[in-house]
This record gives sequence, C-alpha cells and structure tokens, in this order.
Amino acid sequence: MREQLRLLKEKAENELKQCQLLDDLNEIRVKYMGKKGELTRILRGMGQLAAEERPVMGQLANEIRDSLESRLGQLTEKIKGKELERRLLAESIDITLPGIRPEMGRQHPLSLVIEEIEEIFMGMGFTIEEGPEIELDHYNFEALNIPKDHPARDMQDSFYLTPEVLLRTHTSPVQARTMEKTHPHVPVKIIVPGKVYRRDDDATHSPMFHQVEGLVIDHQIRFSDLKGILLSFARQMFGADQKIRLRPSFFPFTEPSAEVDISCVICKGAGCRTCGQTGWLEILGAGMVHPRVLEMGGYNPEEVTGLAFGMGVERVAMLKYGIDDLRMLFENDMRFLRQF
Amino acid sequence: MLVSWKWLNELVALQKTPEELAELMTMSGVAVEGITYPEIELKNLKVGLIAEITDHPQADKLVICQLDVGEGEKKVIVTGARNVREGQKVPVALPGAVLTGGKKIESAELRGILSEGMLCSANELGLDVDKIPAEQKDGIYLFPAEVAIGTDVVQVLKLDDLILELELTPNRADCLGMWNVAREVAALTGGEIHLPEINSSEEGGLCADLTKVEIANQELCSRYVARIIKDIKIAPSPLWLQQRLIAAGVRPINNVVDVTNYVMMEMGQPLHAFDYDLLQENRIVVRRAEEGEELVTLDGQLRKLNPEMLVIADAAKPVAIAGVMGGLETEVTEQTKTILLEAAAFNGPSIRRTSHALGLRSEASLRFEKTLEVEQVRLAADRTVQLLTQIGAGVAVEGCIDCYPLQQQQQQREKQAISLRIKRVNQILGTTISAFTMEMILKALQITFLEKNRDGWLLLPPSYRRDLESEIDLIEEIARLYDYERIPTTLPEGVTTQGMRTTEQKLRYQLRKRMVGQGLVEVINYSFINRAQLDFLGIPDGAPLRDTVVIKNPLSEEQGVMRTSLLPGLLDTVKRNINKHNKNLKFFELGKVYFAEGFPEQSKLPVEKWALGVVATGKREKSWAYGAEEYDFFYLKGVVENLLTGLGYTENEYTFAAVRDLPGLHPGRTASIQIKGKEVGVLGEVHPLVLEKYGIDQRITMVNLEVEKLATEKIMKKGLVVPITKFPAVARDLAIIVPEEVKTADVTALIKEQGNEWLKEVRLFDLYRGQQIKENSKSLAFSLTWQAPDKTLTDEEVNVLHQKIEAALQGKIGAGLRR
Ligand SMILES: [Zn+2]
Repeated sequence: MREQLRLLKEKAENELKQCQLLDDLNEIRVKYMGKKGELTRILRGMGQLAAEERPVMGQLANEIRDSLESRLGQLTEKIKGKELERRLLAESIDITLPGIRPEMGRQHPLSLVIEEIEEIFMGMGFTIEEGPEIELDHYNFEALNIPKDHPARDMQDSFYLTPEVLLRTHTSPVQARTMEKTHPHVPVKIIVPGKVYRRDDDATHSPMFHQVEGLVIDHQIRFSDLKGILLSFARQMFGADQKIRLRPSFFPFTEPSAEVDISCVICKGAGCRTCGQTGWLEILGAGMVHPRVLEMGGYNPEEVTGLAFGMGVERVAMLKYGIDDLRMLFENDMRFLRQF
Repeated sequence: MLVSWKWLNELVALQKTPEELAELMTMSGVAVEGITYPEIELKNLKVGLIAEITDHPQADKLVICQLDVGEGEKKVIVTGARNVREGQKVPVALPGAVLTGGKKIESAELRGILSEGMLCSANELGLDVDKIPAEQKDGIYLFPAEVAIGTDVVQVLKLDDLILELELTPNRADCLGMWNVAREVAALTGGEIHLPEINSSEEGGLCADLTKVEIANQELCSRYVARIIKDIKIAPSPLWLQQRLIAAGVRPINNVVDVTNYVMMEMGQPLHAFDYDLLQENRIVVRRAEEGEELVTLDGQLRKLNPEMLVIADAAKPVAIAGVMGGLETEVTEQTKTILLEAAAFNGPSIRRTSHALGLRSEASLRFEKTLEVEQVRLAADRTVQLLTQIGAGVAVEGCIDCYPLQQQQQQREKQAISLRIKRVNQILGTTISAFTMEMILKALQITFLEKNRDGWLLLPPSYRRDLESEIDLIEEIARLYDYERIPTTLPEGVTTQGMRTTEQKLRYQLRKRMVGQGLVEVINYSFINRAQLDFLGIPDGAPLRDTVVIKNPLSEEQGVMRTSLLPGLLDTVKRNINKHNKNLKFFELGKVYFAEGFPEQSKLPVEKWALGVVATGKREKSWAYGAEEYDFFYLKGVVENLLTGLGYTENEYTFAAVRDLPGLHPGRTASIQIKGKEVGVLGEVHPLVLEKYGIDQRITMVNLEVEKLATEKIMKKGLVVPITKFPAVARDLAIIVPEEVKTADVTALIKEQGNEWLKEVRLFDLYRGQQIKENSKSLAFSLTWQAPDKTLTDEEVNVLHQKIEAALQGKIGAGLRR
C-alpha cells in the first residue's frame, strides 16, 4: 500500500506539471481527490489494513493529500494570474489617442491681473472699493487738488457728457468718495480696480483702460510704509527677488510723490530693449496723500496721514505676459485669448 | 527742455560726468529722459578763408579755391559749390578728416587738379538742418567774419557738445530756464554757480516819453515791462549765440529775435520785440480781443480772435496774441529802426486755453502756460537789452516802463514764509533725519531761514521756486534731496484689517469663475458703442436700450454713446474672429451697461448696472470619441442652468418662459430667464436680420443676465444639505405622445405636481418625432426616480403613483401612453 501511495503521488505530481489551464487542474483534483478519486479510493481501502498499520498509512495518505492540495492551490493561483495577464493584454488600448477633454474656458488677461492684484492686497488687509465710471468733475478733479485750470483737466484729454460730468480719467475719484463716506474713521485701507477713459487712441494708448488705485489712511502712515507695501506687492506679483526704486515725481493729489520702478522683468536689471537699457520699468505712481486732499475728504491732516498709489493694469499685464501690442488686449482674438 | 552740457558747465562748476549727473537728477525729481551724444568724432576740420577763386580749366562746374587755413601755405581745394565767394570763411576738411557718416577725406585729383581736402556743408558737419538758420541749409556752410582763421571747426560750432533732455513735471516749470536748471544742479552737487550780472534799468526815463503801456485786464496780465532799443541793425547773431540756441532746439533767425529767444532759454521768460514805428501811436494796450477781430500771426496764418483771448494791441488793433505769437505786421524786419521790447507776466491757464483754441503752441506759450515768476520779468527785459547792446544790435534807450498794478499783493504773496516742523518731517517720511541734515538741504536750495527755533524754522523759498508754498512742499524737497532710496522700508503699524470682497464682488467673482469653468472665454470690449448698432439690433425708439448716455466729444461715431447692452460688443467680437477664420466661439463679458434714466436733467449721474453677456456660435467639432456638439440655444440654456444651480438656485426657483417680441432676437427661439417668476435675463437666438446687418452667416445664441437681479444672499449661504436616505431609489420610465405644441416644461410640471414628495427626479431622456407616431406629435420619454426617506418603496406603491400621473397626463393634456 505504501508503494501504491508513492506511485500515486508521483503520477499526480507529473500530471500537475503538465497543467496549463484551470480546467486541467480541476480534472486532476477530481481524478485523485474527488468522491471517486484515486486517493479517496485508497483511503477508503484503509479499513482492510492491519490496525497498527492504519495510523501510519493514514498519516502518509493525509500527507500526500495535503501536499497535492497545496500544490493544486499554488498552481491555481499561478494559472489564474497568467490568464488574467492574457486577458488584460488583449484589452490593451492605444493610450496615445487624445484624451476626451471637458472644454476649457479662459479668463481675459486683464481680469486675471486685476484678480491677482486684488488677492495680493486682500492678503495685506485691503478691501476692494468701487465707484462710478461716469463721474462728477468734482470727484474726478476738484476733490483731488486738481483745480479748474490744471492741464490735466483739458477737454482734449477727457470724454465729457456735460460740463460737470465726464468718464472718469482715473480711479482716484473713488479715493475722494471713500474719504467722504468714511471720515473721520480710520483706518481706511482700500484698493480700487476699474475702467478709466482718456481721449487718446494710438499704438500705446487706448481710450478705455484699467487702473488699480490704493489708499491707506491712518494715524502715523509714513512714506516708509508706502515703500514697504509696494515692495511686498512687487515681490508677490513679479517674483521674490524683485527690487523697487522710487523716484521723486509730481501728482496734484500726493506729496511727496514718486514714480515707482521695478527691476526689469525681462532682463532682471541687466538692461534690455523693454527697459530702455536702464534695468528698471516704471510701473506705479505713488505718494503721501496731499494734506489738502485729506482736508477736502473731511480728515484732519494733523491727526491722520495717508498714502496712495495707482497702476495701469494693461502695463502690468503686458509685462507679465510679454504682450508687446496694447491693442491685443481689446481685440479679443481667440488665438490670443486661448493662451491664458 | 534741452540742456547743453557745455552751457551748463559754464553756469555751474561740475565734477561729474554727464551720465552721473543725469542719474542724480533723475533720482531727485528732475528726470533726464535721455542724453544725445555727438554722432561721430569729427576731426581735422579747420576754419579757412577763401583767398582766391579761379575757374577750373577742365570743368565748367568746378572752381579752384585757394584756402588760408592758418598754416602759412595756402591749400588748393576744388569744389562744385555755387555759393562760395572770395573772402568767405568756410569749414575745410583737410586730408585725414572724418565727416558725418564716417566719410574720410584725402587729397584727390579732380579733373587733373589735386584738391587738398574739401569744403563742407552744414549737413556734412552733422548739423541738424532744421535747426540752423535757413540760409545755411544749402551749399557750403559760411562762418561770420569774426571767427579766427585756422580754429578747429568742432570747437567753433560746439559739435562735440552733448544734450541732456529733461522731462519736467508740471510743478518744475522753473527748470524751463537754464539758470534755474543750474541752480537745481548746484543744489544737488554742491557745485558753485556763476550767473551773468544784469545791468538793471531805472523806471521811467526817456523810454517813458516814447511809449505808454496800459493793462486793461489785470487778472490776465499782472505785469508788463516795455523797453526801447533804437538804431537797430538787423544781422545774423554771433556764432556763440547761434550755437546755444541750436543746442536748445531753437532755430536762429536774426540778432534781435535770437536774443529774445536766448534770454527765454536762460531765464524761462519769453519776450517779444515789436517794430516800434509800426505801432499805432507807438503805444501798447493789453486787453481782451474784441468779437470779430483778426490777426495775421508770424507764421502767416489769419487768426480769428474772440474775447476769451488776451491780446497785445496798439492804439488801434491787436498786434500780438498775448503769450502765444506775435503779429506779422509789426514783426521786426531788415527795415526796423527801433524796437519795443515786451516782457510780461500773463495768466497761465488763459494762455493755455488760447493756444489750444488756436491750435498754436510755441516755446513761449509752453512757458507762459505755467504761471511764471513775476519778479524776474523786468530783469529779463534788462538782460535782453544788455545782450542786444553787447552784440551791437542796437542802442538802448534809457529807462523803462514797468506796469505792475498789483505789485504789492504779488510781492506779499511771494514773501509768504513757511514754517517747518522738524518732527513732522520725520513723521511723514518715517525717517530719523537730523535737523542739521535738513538745514543743509534747505540751504542748498537757497531757502532763507527767517527764524530758527528748537522745533523748527520759519523759511522763505527763493522767488524762482513758485511751487514751494507749504510745509509739505518743503518736506518733499528734503525727501528728494535726502534721497528716496535712503528712506527705510516699513509696513504700517496700527490695527490689523481684514481684506475681503463684498457680497456683490463675490457674486461677480463667482459668475466669472463659473463661466470660465464651463468652457467659455472672457472678453473685454469698449464701454462705448456706435449708436447705429442699436439700429442694427432693431431697438425701437423709446425702448430702455435707447436711453443712452451720449459722449459730447467722442473720438469717433464708432464710440459715440455708452453701451446699454453688451450684445453689440460681443457681436463685433464674433465678427472679428469669424473674419480671422475662428468660427466656433463662445464668449462672455462681465461689464457695466449705462442708462441715462433722467440724466442730465433729473439726475446728477446716469445709472450704471453690471451685466453678464454671453454669445455662442458654431460647434464643438466632432472628435474620434464623440460627435459634434452645436453651440446653440440648448447649449447656452444648459450653461445658464448650471450657472444658476451653481449660485445656489434650485430647479424649482428658475424657469424659462418663451417670449416672442424682443427686438433683435428670433421670435421662436427666445426665452425669458426668470427666478421665482421675476425676469433676470434673456436667452435667445440672434435674429437673422441682425446677423445680416453684421454680415455674419452663422447662427448665434446670446444670453444677457442682469447681475444685480441675481440675489447675492445665494452665494453667501446655500440651502442646507438634504440628508441622504439609506433606502433604495426606484427608477421608472414613462413615455408619452403629446401634440407638438405641448411644452416639455408643462409636462414636467404636471408630473411633478402629481407625484408626491417621493418623486426625486424627472429626467427627459428621449425626444422622438417620426414615422412611428402621429404627425404633429412628439414622443417624450421620462425617467422618474422615486425614493422615500424612511422606507423601501414597494412596486405597488410606485405603481399607484405612476397610474395617477398617467391619468393626469391623459386627462389634462391629452397625452397618449407608449408602452
Ligand atoms: Zn530690461
């Protein structure tokens, strides 16, 4: 019987080696271990053995069964794996076919830039103020210390609706409106994005363009704070290594006033065509709010001081995206807009 | 303002290179916009005297000149120039010379005669022919007799000078004169300044016997000084004077005109010379022009005058437009024997208005537009007389007329002292500048210390700095000379503030993001449109869209009125893109529209409203994976539905109602977009006749949403979350056949009305028209989803509900059931 078992084991193992398919394995399982299987039969014949031989043979037979079971198990896993592999291979796709893309919208570069500026200043605690684009001469000029006969008030340069009403030429009237609304409370910390209009239309001027204005009024606002705010803005907008440079200038509504340059975004300060070889790009006008403007806004300039700044959004967008023709921004050509 | 480097160096001692000075000036507020360098290094050019001219034996068009260039032996030079005469002094390029454009000069044989160089024209010397005297433009350049033979032409003509171009801010009109530029430079560099001394005149004298001055309009002319110069000999100016004018960009004309221009360049004070004998009654009246008066100005143009304009008149008629341009009739000419010299102070804004009205801008008007330093008017007149006498142009008549009606008030104003608090300077700037440093700066600016206290000073700025009127002006002066770069960089102290968008701003932010998120492209169009575009859209008279705000002085009719709708701009944008072969487009614009609403009669300002405009046309092209998708009515309807759902409106809150009568839109393909029954916008196909007017031959669908009508509270707080039930949903299909005119929305509404709260969704999944059903009907197939929050629904329960719905559909809209 021992010999019988040995031969059976050998035979079964040989047959297992030949197996390729799960069905073959099943067949073998049935053939040896099924109800009528060869091993089962041998085990059933165990009763005819001598009592002392029974446990020995029983153990041997069980060992053979266990070994066949585990072998069958291993092979099943192996063959299953192979079959899955085969099936997956057959399911291969051409992954180089283009993806099915949901359609992608685009935001206009000017609104992108305005949004970015807004977010930078909101991070510094500024709120966003807005005002009418059709504005009273009073807010556009008078309240900003631009008297009636100032050259900036030329009919030639502004679009007028009536002698007293015009399309605002800058976002600064919102400064005056905000002061009028807020005084005597401080702090005032606002930026004002929006459309402005000037009677100019050539390669570098558009009759409608965008500005962002800033105003801070509080006890003890200093010129040095202006430098800090603008440096922080420049670094967030154009990169952490940005430098700024302030040059004395003149605006009727600020004093001291400054033109603010950032290091050229193209050449990083080395000098190129964009910056006229200076390494600097003029990007902002700024200054301390003129005491007369504070006064007209209802504040006492001895008690509070203020700083203000303003920038052209088109200029920032052109620098940021390397746009060399202002007109592109208002032509709305898909080939252009698609790039944002 | 053009500043000659050589001239500046004569006025102020400088230790700096032009580049260093330019940087220093730019960084302290008087910006140097550019430096013009001499084009090329000219050399071996000498002043030569033409001693003799003989004909060339071989050539009719050439002559042989014997030139004395101060080297003993005469040089033989062959020339073809027509204007050479014996005794003239001319520029000679000797062998080895290099001319403008790099042209090298060597001895060369010209038709058998060896020419030892060349005679030069102004152009060949690199002179700007538009700036030199007219008679020097063509032919060989001619020097005046006083120039020494053999001197270096480069030195004589200052061809190696360089020019700083100043870009002046409006407050620094003082720097429109070289002397004040020198004062600014001296303050910046500490260099010593040398200004010429002026022989001042006495008031009255013989001059007062010869003429009278009357100022009829004191607010427009605060001072008028007249002086008289007799025995005038009109001639070209000396070369040095010509050179300085040329460097300053002013063309030399004759000695009298040149001197007035020169003094203007020195002192910033424009002057004018009249032919004394041509003035009626030899006197001057400063007055407003009378209606209908005319004047032929120096440029030969007849100018119509009006009472808005200030004129200088004689006893009878205007002889000059004050501060702008003189009259031709009284111009100084070769025949002039006596001149009346005017130096005056006019009202700047008035001059500006006049020069704009006439379209006439001159160096004089440019300066008069900024109200000038009144105190120096007489000095400028005296300086002019001094120079005219010095160059022998005439003989000064003793005395002057100085008509200065408001002298006292004027002088008082100019002597207004300013107090400056030392602490205030540092407070404003955020600095710790010492009182000593401040004092140094103020003194460098020639500011006088009237009083000194521990806390501050009482100061008087020099009269030429009219821009310094108050403490803050002086603080700025200290800051700019201290150097902005040295001011520290800080951030504001004080309470922290919260940066954020307002609710309205958040709504607009969301609209923009949601449109972009759905694949639309944002555009920005001009806020003004052509009124004719409203005609294109067929907007009837009296309609709200006709209530436009009109621009009085538009650049063109194209931009004549403020838009009342975003559609015209969007259609223009579509048209432009189609012209560039982009045919599949979907744009949106978020911008303002403007309505007069009673402006200007009944309201101070027009009304501005935010609108969201959308246009879509063409299609999404088919791809390997999906078919083409039209950008049509239903595409945009889906966009709007998503948008409103995204903003927090439920499907029960918004509806679309068919409208037939909107101008510019397709009568059968237009819907009013309503929220809780109130219209918030319109969705529709653009009328084919409108497209025809725009020359667009593809269908366009548009949306207009009135942003302010979208409730802002929606984006702040969406509805509370509905709990998700754990009981399964049951889906049932329901297919019906209805007459074509039955609206799907009505069917859906009826189904919803008949279902109970377990009916969660009604989705139309098929729409069929065709042979299998009756003509003029359609088949609608819905999928209904049922779900209860507290139990699993049984088939029976759902069957009962379905039967109820079917019965209602049959009964109320005559629907046939498809099974
Ligand atoms: Zn650069």
